[in-house]
Amino acid sequence: MSATPHSDYRAQLETLWEHDALKIVAVIGAIYLIYAAIGLVLGYSLDGIINTLRRMTYLIAVYGMVTLALNLHWGYTGLFNIGIAGFMAIGLYATMMLAKPADPSGAAQYSGLGLPVPIAIVGGVVIAGLAGLVVALPALRLRADYFAITTIAFAEIVRLGVTSGALQEFTVLGAELGTGGGRGLIRNYGDPMNAIFELGAFSSFVDLTNSLFGFGPTQARALAYSIVLVLVLAGFYWLIQRTSRSPFGRVLKAIREDEEAAQSLGKNTNRFKIKVFVLGCALMGLAGILWRFRRTGVTPTAFRPHVTFYIWIALIIGGAGSNTGSVLGSGLFVAILFEGPQYLRRVIDQVVAVDDAPNTFAGAVGPLLSADPAPLVRYTFDEFLTLQFVIMGVALILLMQRRPEGLLGHREETAAAIPLGSRPSGAGTGGSGGGGSRGGGNSSGGNSNDTGDDPGTGVDHNRTHGHSNSASTDAPDHDHDIEPRTTTDATSETSETSETNETTHTGGEKP
Amino acid sequence: MSDSSANVRSAETGTNIDTGTDTESVSRPATEYSDDVELAVNRLGKRFGGITAVDGASFTVESGSMTGLIGPNGAGKSTTFNCITGIHQPDAGTVTFQGRDITGINPYECVDYGLVRTFQIAREMANMTVLENLMLPAKHQQGEALWRSVMPVARREVEQQERELLERVWDTLEFFEIEHIAEEKAGTLSGGQRKLLEMARALMTEPEMLLLDEPFAGVNPTLEKKLLEHIHELRADGYTFLIVEHDMDLIMDNCEHVIVMHQGSVLAEGVPGQITSNERVIEAYLGGEV
Amino acid sequence: MSTVDDAVTRGRNLTVEQLLLLAVGTGALLLVGDLILGVFDGTYNISRIGRYVMQGVLYGLIIGLAGIGLSMTYSILNFANFAHGDTITVGAFIGWGGTYLIGGWGAASIGHLALVGPQRGIGGPQFGISVMSTPIAIFGGLLLAGVGTALLAVLIDRLAYKPMRGSDGIPLLITSIGVAFALRYLIVFVYSSQSRGTTASVPSADLLLVDGYVSIDAHDGTLIAAAAALMIGVHLLLQRTKLGKAMRAMSDNKDLALVTGIPTERVIRWTWMIGGGLAGSAGYLMVLWTGTIDWQFGWLLLLLIFAAVILGGIGSIYGAIFGGLVIGVTMHMSMIWLPGGDFTTITAFLMMILVLLIRPSGLFGGKTTA
Repeated sequence: MSATPHSDYRAQLETLWEHDALKIVAVIGAIYLIYAAIGLVLGYSLDGIINTLRRMTYLIAVYGMVTLALNLHWGYTGLFNIGIAGFMAIGLYATMMLAKPADPSGAAQYSGLGLPVPIAIVGGVVIAGLAGLVVALPALRLRADYFAITTIAFAEIVRLGVTSGALQEFTVLGAELGTGGGRGLIRNYGDPMNAIFELGAFSSFVDLTNSLFGFGPTQARALAYSIVLVLVLAGFYWLIQRTSRSPFGRVLKAIREDEEAAQSLGKNTNRFKIKVFVLGCALMGLAGILWRFRRTGVTPTAFRPHVTFYIWIALIIGGAGSNTGSVLGSGLFVAILFEGPQYLRRVIDQVVAVDDAPNTFAGAVGPLLSADPAPLVRYTFDEFLTLQFVIMGVALILLMQRRPEGLLGHREETAAAIPLGSRPSGAGTGGSGGGGSRGGGNSSGGNSNDTGDDPGTGVDHNRTHGHSNSASTDAPDHDHDIEPRTTTDATSETSETSETNETTHTGGEKP
Repeated sequence: MSDSSANVRSAETGTNIDTGTDTESVSRPATEYSDDVELAVNRLGKRFGGITAVDGASFTVESGSMTGLIGPNGAGKSTTFNCITGIHQPDAGTVTFQGRDITGINPYECVDYGLVRTFQIAREMANMTVLENLMLPAKHQQGEALWRSVMPVARREVEQQERELLERVWDTLEFFEIEHIAEEKAGTLSGGQRKLLEMARALMTEPEMLLLDEPFAGVNPTLEKKLLEHIHELRADGYTFLIVEHDMDLIMDNCEHVIVMHQGSVLAEGVPGQITSNERVIEAYLGGEV
Repeated sequence: MSTVDDAVTRGRNLTVEQLLLLAVGTGALLLVGDLILGVFDGTYNISRIGRYVMQGVLYGLIIGLAGIGLSMTYSILNFANFAHGDTITVGAFIGWGGTYLIGGWGAASIGHLALVGPQRGIGGPQFGISVMSTPIAIFGGLLLAGVGTALLAVLIDRLAYKPMRGSDGIPLLITSIGVAFALRYLIVFVYSSQSRGTTASVPSADLLLVDGYVSIDAHDGTLIAAAAALMIGVHLLLQRTKLGKAMRAMSDNKDLALVTGIPTERVIRWTWMIGGGLAGSAGYLMVLWTGTIDWQFGWLLLLLIFAAVILGGIGSIYGAIFGGLVIGVTMHMSMIWLPGGDFTTITAFLMMILVLLIRPSGLFGGKTTA
């Protein structure tokens, strides 16, 4: 059974690949390498290349966060939320309204509550979560498609609401607030990242980036911001991994698979759905805040349904149901569909001098009659940003047709707090003391004894449906007393098992 | 098949309302809340629009018994099941389990009372593994509280509970002799394996009574025998069973008590011998076959 | 899954629904009461209300007309088609390209005309296009919009949805979002993102209504006539032909329809053609009515159309028409209390959400009538 060194190496690689974090680093690292390599070949300056990568990091981190939250909704629970942009908008707008100074001065026309930025962020997250609750309470019992329509209508209500002139300025409980209408809000308070930027250690970071990449302070700040976002993304990942790899996550999956069956197994599915929807919406709100809170302001156009569309593509690329896939999906989405076309365009622009394009499609197509495709090519090139959306749409169609389970194949993470898998050794022979009880416990004891011909009922097969001794004593959640049990006759059962195994097999295999 | 479903529609309300007394010839009087009654259904009624699916059905299930519920298609058996387990709200009547009124409870509350059901068509969680499927139903899982699953210290307790739960799951798998499929996705299982999984999953809720909706439908004879063995073993442990079944012989051979439903109400109730010789049953259910 | 689900929750949430219904009912009564009082004490101008109703009905006709197609595909193919709005836009562009070619022949290059005048200042108003001066161009354009969009809808079905026939509604819905984006930006690619005027002004008649005037112009009249004709046409088509019967059978039970020998693929093709044709016509009429065309007006209409279809009950063409009228009138009437027009769309969306919550099967109980 000696393996060749080659296959050994390969097996090692495969086990490495099993580590999710590594997978993420590998794929995103590969993307960065490609981008950097192209930049180097074309002789871009180092700070330009790093800047491109920084921008990508920022996008991947933010989209990754939202995709993870959406995975919680759709991938795990089957809640068809296409109102993502709305929850992100609520988070950001709420934060800005809370953080803006109470008495407006100068260009910053609208007043806020003047709260410190960290509190404003928490407030924004909470308000986004509450918005989720408002939607969830009535809407969760709707069919998936109706739920989808409700969420997108909600998102559009939010967007139209903040755009409308009527809410431009309003008063709540004596506090003057405003959404700024179509022109949006100006951030007339300090950079929310100042808490970090004003640290003493940060100046050495600025020096470091200056000596390494020739960055100025602004670029250094942007880089630090991206790094912080990556850390937050890691936090999101951790949180959602924990959430999904747990009994809680197991119920979520069960709801997605068959809600009625989950209910008949004792799960109050509505409670789970509300909890997870609120959590996801709060996280979407946080991602919305982090996405744009450093900008000089916010306008409603940022929250067009496009954002929702991006996140869905990212989720489907990575494969719904997988947290790792969500992060990978947003990486691939940003690299290939979001930044890719624009980068490509820049590259082409630099390599070949593209002539002026015709102004209209007619001007581009007309020369085709005389077999001159150049104007069409130039027009296409000119309109590349438009075509990018077409490409995204087509990509989504193709994904749904060919790989609905995601580019990376169907991968789902097991919903349990511990690794499941083959039976832990030592167990299974009843060694741990096949104690157990009919969980419902006492009340039934009397009942069954009356009819059962065997008063010692529950002994023989306790192991099948009761706790082991240690389990029963450790579990504090049982409100029934657990009677001590005799040890199960393990041997008799094992022999029985082996005897009947074959029949089960044949029986089992028949469809 | 098809004409029996029409029976429901043609059910004459009123004539069968007093089913409780209709059964006097074949069954002992129902001692409603005595100790040995696990489940008592009293004058249950359920209508869907203009169709009366269950029309004053009354019966009791003795503790630790294996009771069969039979009747032609459309007799209201499944609706009765759904009314007992809270999937449907009954329009009339009461359901009592171990002396407690559980009429119209939420489906998820049944399990708390110790009552669990299986479905006619196995409803496995197709994209979850068999292990996940079996870990799902256990009661009192701390980790179902979100914060416990997330917070570092509480998480350790959750993990401990999960390990214990996993033990129980393996025991259950062993009991049903399906360890070899533990890591399969439930959706890839064969029909018979799904039936076993469904039953195993129900047991994981630590019930006292199991309501099995056609557990043998679509199961080959070998597996049917196997399933029956398991059921008998469990019954010997003191579990109570109420089984809806189509196959008359199967019920007669295995249940000590049989309830016959027809047109939404109980036509007869008693031991198999009495049922097979009951003329009304023969007329309504067996038709000319016997 | 969902149908049984409904059954589980229906009973228990009855009280929630009833409470909501009560709240909505009370709110509606209060508004109606306020309206009546306001009319009597002169707060509300009757002719202003008349104008709102008029505008609402016209808008509602467009929504209803476009909604028929959405309702049909929703019930027969069983998915919510999010690309329907952009199909409307495409239809309008195709049709108006035709109108420009006929009405503006010689006034500009063919390319410019076919692309609905992407360059400023050379368009419908300059060519003098209107139903009065160039009725043939308008009629031809409407026809082209219908036929062109019908063919396009079949083409999209072939490319996008046919490979996924048999999968359930949600993957199809997601696919249709992809189709929507691809279509919308193809429109920008071909026709540019320039918003432009399309018609010259037409004479209008002022009708006296108690305390003021309600004006109606020739394009309003055209819209009413064309929408009514198309609706009656569809009604006859679905009631009098075997096709309509087959469609009803399919929306009731697709498997059964297949077993009973209904050529489902052909029925599906016709569904797309009729639905697409109506959507394109609605888009064309919308542009005729508003006098402007841009690349995203269909998308902005989409949710309103969903609102109408859900209100009227999915699968019912009369429901869609009725729902469209209700949505249109409500939107415009809301301006009585919420002036400025910022909230008309919000009002419609809120109405849709309320209908979904209170009566997801629509006002008519979701019986498929066609």
